Amino acid sequence: MTATTARLATPAPIGGIRRALADGLVIAWRNLKRIPRIPELAIFAILQSIMFVLLFAFVFGGAIPIPGYPSSNAYREYLMPGIFAQTIIFAAATTAIGMCDDINKGIIDRFRSLPMARSAVLTGRTSSDVVYNAGILVVLMPSGLAVGWSVNNGLPSFLAGVGLLLLFAFAMSWIGVWLGLSVPTVEVAQQVSFTVIFPITFVSNAFVLTQTLPDWLQPIAEWNPTSTLTTSLRELWGNPSLPGGTSLASTEPILVTLVWIAVILAVFIPLGVRRYRSMSR
Amino acid sequence: MDPANAITAEGLVKIYKSRKSEVRALDGIDLEVKEGTVLGLLGPNGAGKTTTVRILATLLKPDAGRATVAGFDVVRQADQLRSVIGLSGQFAAVDENLTGRENLWMFGRLYQLKSPEAKRRADELLEQFDLVDAADRVVKTYSGGMRRRLDLGSALIGRPRLLFLDEPTTGLDPRSRLGMWDVIRGLVREGTTLLLTTQYLEEADELADTIAVVDHGVIIARGTADELKSEVGGERIEVVVRDRSAVTRAMELLSADAHGEVTLDEHTRKLTVPASGGGAGVLVQVVRDLDEAGIIIDDIGLRRPTLDDVFLALTGHAAELAASTAEGDVPKRPEEKVA
Repeated sequence: MTATTARLATPAPIGGIRRALADGLVIAWRNLKRIPRIPELAIFAILQSIMFVLLFAFVFGGAIPIPGYPSSNAYREYLMPGIFAQTIIFAAATTAIGMCDDINKGIIDRFRSLPMARSAVLTGRTSSDVVYNAGILVVLMPSGLAVGWSVNNGLPSFLAGVGLLLLFAFAMSWIGVWLGLSVPTVEVAQQVSFTVIFPITFVSNAFVLTQTLPDWLQPIAEWNPTSTLTTSLRELWGNPSLPGGTSLASTEPILVTLVWIAVILAVFIPLGVRRYRSMSR
Repeated sequence: MDPANAITAEGLVKIYKSRKSEVRALDGIDLEVKEGTVLGLLGPNGAGKTTTVRILATLLKPDAGRATVAGFDVVRQADQLRSVIGLSGQFAAVDENLTGRENLWMFGRLYQLKSPEAKRRADELLEQFDLVDAADRVVKTYSGGMRRRLDLGSALIGRPRLLFLDEPTTGLDPRSRLGMWDVIRGLVREGTTLLLTTQYLEEADELADTIAVVDHGVIIARGTADELKSEVGGERIEVVVRDRSAVTRAMELLSADAHGEVTLDEHTRKLTVPASGGGAGVLVQVVRDLDEAGIIIDDIGLRRPTLDDVFLALTGHAAELAASTAEGDVPKRPEEKVA
């Protein structure tokens, strides 16, 4: 044991925002550092998406004609933006599971006992999950190209699409924060995510044409953020897009998607922060 | 409030509500810990030790009562309070997917140390806790003892004036436990104020200056280990008689020599009698008289009461079994405050 009787002066309170950013970065660093240490998580997230690509491209694809696009490749071009949207929506599950795991392992209690910004655990988590999802897209896009997807409108539009995807991932991540703080175990987080997210991604135009749905379901599918996000991507990337309806969701998908993102953030950031605060009661 | 008190708690109450029931985890806890001393919070599982620590470390808000730690109110000045405490134990973990060094650096940064200083401090602690060889391995690969040492190191990264250790040796093998005790004693020598919870009576005896015995969310006794022991009575003489037929005669002799009530454990033929006055003198007398009466003994000794005896006397149930037998009404002694 070395004698360490010297005491450091009590750290002066650091400016709120600067401390919040610095602490958020440390937490994000920690989350990213963990990814290669548990490679199974990322690998299975990617495999799951690739499985969807293969299932829909080769199993269901033949049964879903895209009117006006006679090429056998049309469905795969139609499909890939839907797959990207679905993958990004699953970001909520990733975040929820990560958050819940941290609570159960006791690491959150350690963070809460430290003189760090209260917000950092949440902002660090959601921002590192955006980076994680960007990484997943980087792996998933080549596999899309391999089955016949293509980007036809040039680089700026392509990047705009990617940006929209990541913004959406950030919003979904905040839903995940709230969910992860609300459920007792990782298993429940997983179950709830899948029970809620599957219908959300399927009652949409991600995989099928909404025109084929029952009349009462069509408006729901049309306004579903999965649909508006998918349609935005199809239009930005020049992939077959048949939104069908005449509503704003179909005619201005990018605008509606941005509104969705704003609404999700406006609702779930306060909810998540409140949950986190109330952990001390 | 006394400024020399590092921790003061008055009437802490915490109620856990669930749909069906209400549990008063804390039912009015009062504590005082002087600067530079060690308080051992001793009690069985579920007694309220961890809840108390969680409140003092700002992780939980009390439903009633108030507490200050290092002069800061645990509710109103939580942020300032957090920068002078360290917390280690069963619920505040390290990240098992980071290396030891990464963990320490991260906690240092979140303790608001600058990055180079956090690095330097991490190196120091790795050295101090004998983790240099394992510094760059992920914590998943650590043994239980190594993990606890890292956990303790993480709590010390910001050189806290006040340290909370929640069951620091639970689940450790005997060798690691002794090692942990050495480390803790070292910290105390350096002047750190320590609040330690434990369900091991021996541990409180070894490490704590004063002990507060907690049961069912209240403090049922407090004092030094010696004071608590003398509360159950002083030394006692124990005799194991070889022949069952000689037990009655031996009891008579013991009773006459020690002037006390003799208790008999039928199964082991062990007689116990409190030795009021000079224990050693009485012991010599007992040996002589037993010898004279021709009673053969297997064992004889003078024994100070253990904290186990204390617990049994205070609560009417043994400490280690308390978790499973905690239901029902438990005799509670009126609280005695030993300065």
